[in-house]
Amino acid sequence: MNNEWPLWEIFIRSKTGLDHKHVGSLHAVDAAMAIENARDVYTRRMEGVSIWAVESKYIHASNPDDAGQLYDPANDKVYRHPTFYDLPIELKHM
Amino acid sequence: MSTNKIKYVLQLADNALILGHRISEWTGHGPILEQDIAITNTALDHLGQARSLYQYAADLYNKLSTEEKQDFFASPAFINLEQTITEDTLAYLRDAWDFRNSLLVEQPNADWAYTIARSFLYDNYSFLLYSELKKSNDDTLAAIAEKSLKEVQYHLRWSSEWVIRLGDGTEESKARMQEALDERWAYFGELFIASEADKAMLVEGTAPDIESLRSTWDSNVAHVLDEATLTMPAADAWMQTGGKDGNHSEHLGYILAEMQYMQRAYPGMEW
Repeated sequence: MNNEWPLWEIFIRSKTGLDHKHVGSLHAVDAAMAIENARDVYTRRMEGVSIWAVESKYIHASNPDDAGQLYDPANDKVYRHPTFYDLPIELKHM
Repeated sequence: MSTNKIKYVLQLADNALILGHRISEWTGHGPILEQDIAITNTALDHLGQARSLYQYAADLYNKLSTEEKQDFFASPAFINLEQTITEDTLAYLRDAWDFRNSLLVEQPNADWAYTIARSFLYDNYSFLLYSELKKSNDDTLAAIAEKSLKEVQYHLRWSSEWVIRLGDGTEESKARMQEALDERWAYFGELFIASEADKAMLVEGTAPDIESLRSTWDSNVAHVLDEATLTMPAADAWMQTGGKDGNHSEHLGYILAEMQYMQRAYPGMEW
């Protein structure tokens, strides 16, 4: 019988970052505690300024065995990439 | 220069050191990994505050005249001490009777509920104190207070959340939390009784009127205990005192024996 508190996955966004990155997991009884525990465990070295906590059971992941059928077909469809436009030289950051 | 300011700073520094030390006793023994890390972080915060305050106290002490220094500390290590002192001298070479921490912070950890109760009662006090102290006319104290306030805000949040979870938890957690609160209740009053140093600093505009903060403390604490479905002990309960005057419980002796052993056995040792 499992006596552990629920498991949560923690994502941290760094001060200069745009997205929250997965940094690990921890146990907590509820969302408020998950945030506090994440602050205590995963931000000790100024890793970030924003925390997302998601209970692990709500994360759904793809099956690695399905990688062939899920991702290989995209390999040879070059027309899906936006690389066929002639951009004016003045447009620097497209 | 008034020796009261040094006494005042030592009150704050000693609270931080002894509480930080007590909390650090949990290192490696926390009930759960995440809380072991959390409570160790808290101990480090307290020790950091202690260091800043001791450095300031040492500076002030070093500026005293030889005469003023003679009677300041009764600890043997300080009698006829000729060199200038540092934060370490204050932390490691004073005997219990020269410490000015409140009795609350030297009480044993006992169990998680007792530890939470001690922090909860203290954090509510230090939050109010530092919120006012950052307006001090003493720049050093104001700066220390401002920096420490952020740490204290988190400590208060953390200990309050635990009081609520234990109080409004299982039958056992509620019973333990209530007992811890009842047992440690008599120790918080001292924090709000002005010592001679507190009064002198108030007159100088350096420190707030500590006694006037008691009613805010009462209502803040009542609010959390209410949410935790715990019974708040009597407001006019008898309170332990003596810490600020160097009259400590037996516990401080054991704490210092452990904490000061290395420096006293190997004077001047460094890692």
